[in-house]
Amino acid sequence: MAQTERVIEMKGITKKFGEFKANDNINLNVEKGEIHALLGENGAGKSTLMNILSGLLEPTSGEIIVNGKKEKIDSPEKANQLGIGMVHQHFMLVDKFTVAENIMLGKEKHNYGFMDDQGAEKDVKDLSDRYGLTVDPSAKIEDISVGMQQRAEILKTLFRGADILIFDEPTGVLTPQEIDELMDIMKKLTDEGKSIILITHKLDEIKKVADRCTVIRRGKSIDTVDVKSTSQQELADMMVGRSVSFKVEKQAPSPKGPVLEIKNLTVKESRGLEAVKNIDLEVKAGEVLGIAGVDGNGQSELIQAITGLTKIESGTIKLDGKDITGKKPREVTETGLGHIPEDRHRHGLVLPMMLEENMTLQQYYQKPFSKNGFLNHGKIKEYAKKLIEEFDVRTQSEESTAASLSGGNQQKAIIAREINRDPALLIAAQPTRGLDVGAIEYIHKRLIEQRDNGKAVLLMSYELDEVMNVSDRIAVMYDGKIIAIVNAEDTSENELGLLMAGVPLEKAKKELAGKVETDGKERATVANDE
Amino acid sequence: MQTTSKNRLNALLIPLFSILLGFIFGAILMLLFGYNPIDAYSAMLMGVFNSPYFMGEAIRQATVLTFTGLGFAIAFKAGFFNIGVAGQLLAGWVAAIWVALSFPDLPRIILLTLSLGAAIIAGAVWAGIAGALRAYFGTSEVIVTIMLNYTALHLTNYIIRSVLATGNTTEIVGENASLRVGWLTTLTQGSRINMGLFIAIIVVILYWVFMTQTTAGFEVRAVGLNPDASTYAGMSAKRNIILSMLISGGLAGLGGAVHGLGTFGNLFTQSGLPSLGFNGIAVALLGLGNPVGIFFSSILFGVLDVGAGFMPNRAGVPDEMADIVIAAIIFFVGANYVIRLVLDKMQSNKTAEKGGE
Repeated sequence: MAQTERVIEMKGITKKFGEFKANDNINLNVEKGEIHALLGENGAGKSTLMNILSGLLEPTSGEIIVNGKKEKIDSPEKANQLGIGMVHQHFMLVDKFTVAENIMLGKEKHNYGFMDDQGAEKDVKDLSDRYGLTVDPSAKIEDISVGMQQRAEILKTLFRGADILIFDEPTGVLTPQEIDELMDIMKKLTDEGKSIILITHKLDEIKKVADRCTVIRRGKSIDTVDVKSTSQQELADMMVGRSVSFKVEKQAPSPKGPVLEIKNLTVKESRGLEAVKNIDLEVKAGEVLGIAGVDGNGQSELIQAITGLTKIESGTIKLDGKDITGKKPREVTETGLGHIPEDRHRHGLVLPMMLEENMTLQQYYQKPFSKNGFLNHGKIKEYAKKLIEEFDVRTQSEESTAASLSGGNQQKAIIAREINRDPALLIAAQPTRGLDVGAIEYIHKRLIEQRDNGKAVLLMSYELDEVMNVSDRIAVMYDGKIIAIVNAEDTSENELGLLMAGVPLEKAKKELAGKVETDGKERATVANDE
Repeated sequence: MQTTSKNRLNALLIPLFSILLGFIFGAILMLLFGYNPIDAYSAMLMGVFNSPYFMGEAIRQATVLTFTGLGFAIAFKAGFFNIGVAGQLLAGWVAAIWVALSFPDLPRIILLTLSLGAAIIAGAVWAGIAGALRAYFGTSEVIVTIMLNYTALHLTNYIIRSVLATGNTTEIVGENASLRVGWLTTLTQGSRINMGLFIAIIVVILYWVFMTQTTAGFEVRAVGLNPDASTYAGMSAKRNIILSMLISGGLAGLGGAVHGLGTFGNLFTQSGLPSLGFNGIAVALLGLGNPVGIFFSSILFGVLDVGAGFMPNRAGVPDEMADIVIAAIIFFVGANYVIRLVLDKMQSNKTAEKGGE
């Protein structure tokens, strides 16, 4: 980038919410044709900054210069006019409409008030050909893959004439292959002269695709660095403000007898379709079994079946040698299950209740927390205080509501509650979703600790890194079945990616073996498998 | 800690503020129509507070409102909108009078226990229908309780005309079944105030104990605030729906018994649903679900209701003005509820962001 042309210059942006400074004198420069990553922990102020740029929020102070001209972006329309478009994390698409209809939405093509479907589809086709964004213009959104939905979302922004695209955490819902495709698309877009701001907290993505990276921490811009000459470790340390370790420190597992035994399990989801299809699975004491897979392949239903939250169609589940098939959640919990649910706000905590009440949400009816149906508030408080201290939950007091805690501390509170009951099996579903590096590090450590204490851990996650780093064995789910179980040490991200897309293990190995002729390092990984 | 005391202050300020705004709104309206609000309000308040009889009447009214208010509140805490308090009150009224008329010769303590017990059961069953339908079939309790209100109304009138009496009024229950007590009646110069007051105070205390000190109350609160998380934690949402609706209806039914055996001593055909049921909802909202708050809200409503009768004669202001004041207070409580939600949200967002590591 010899000739630099600044398309965006944000100078000294400060945004206050009451006393709280979400953005504190932030500077951000984006050059034409670059992919500029915006890196920061949750709550660091990335979203606030981008909301300011896209006209949803107005800064308390500071100025924005777009294409060399000072602009006041006071509405999303204004941002649109300036060529700033956002590709949202949660797609803003109408499910029942076709891809073309969605892209045209609000700017429909028409002849004297009558919809011109063919014209619209042709326009979309032209646009998608130009940028290599493959979509089927006449397909309904609800019928197409998540990857294609995202492409439709990108096209929507391009159709509105965006030259500066903001991608808000775009890879969360994609498979590794889809992520690669997205990276290619982003590169292609910049080749066409577009500029991209990529909001993320995933370092490997930044390394793969970004040119420069601005790090934000606690509302302040820390630095803007050249990605090529900065290591992932350096980026992480800048983001968190201290040195962090990525590798989960762990010894080799020493698995013992089975704790969870699932045989021929079939579960139907709410619409009556089979979500889990005749699964066999075993988790041993002293091991972490990871479940990998793209969202919606039966993982949630499998966990709900084990925990007694959903009805089982057929099959048996044994926990710690006892049959828990069809038992109620409380009976399963009492048999020896801890559950860190996928959605901590909806399923893990009663947010308006006090932290101490949340800490005893499963045990309030047991001694010493109550006697003859009457609560012992003193004992509850004492217990909560102990857990808060032991698990380092940062809170004003045990009487604060669960809602007043940050995401990471809410998750710590749940983990404290679940682990402290010392369950034979701990199920952790997406335990680090939305958390920052520091909290992730802590939670992984606790999971491994549980394993080392001879307990069984079942880890379900959509994040491949997490599954690969923490698990000892990995079961890949696809279309309600366990398509393969591999050892974490012997597998690779590519192999898991193929398995997650439904490619059988043998075929996946062959495919990778074909590819690795040119790549010695990968051959070694595959050779280990044999 | 700071937030807790702040919340407590808010909880007291909001209803007081709403009441003030309600009176101001009423005053503005009176001025617009050429009435003198000061005359009207002083007629209302002096009328009640200067007369032991009308004081007694206001408290009597408040007694029944306390029951219906608590009844509505417990269902609300569990996450349900029991709009059928009026119907459940009627069910309790019928049951109490029926028992009292059927066994006129039983000793007073036994007859009263039986009558009140029957009223509690009748109210509980009436609300329980809606609870069970909700728990097992997911039916909206709002619609079911509205329909049950009218069913209760017409069933009551039918029972009076065809079973309990021949005309539109039943006989007066015997001394044995009356909740009146001589010294209270004398103290208030013959008002209809009765033992229901003491029962109400006991129920206020029991309600508080249940909600804050028992595991069952803990479950009701947890399920009401987040049914999903409560289910994940092993509580039974179904059980709690039904339990809270049973208690809710039981309280309303008890209110009906106090109304029947204390206020009137008999039962007569109704042209519409008793307003005490619906005002119970208002009382619960004004009291913000707190039992003591509900008790004091009930007294305010009792005073407004009884005092309104003085406005036409003493100030020349139509007594409908009092209804408008009541309506305005409820409106401001409702509006405040929204404001409070917004405030709470802003506060919690702020602390969440601040608390971030």
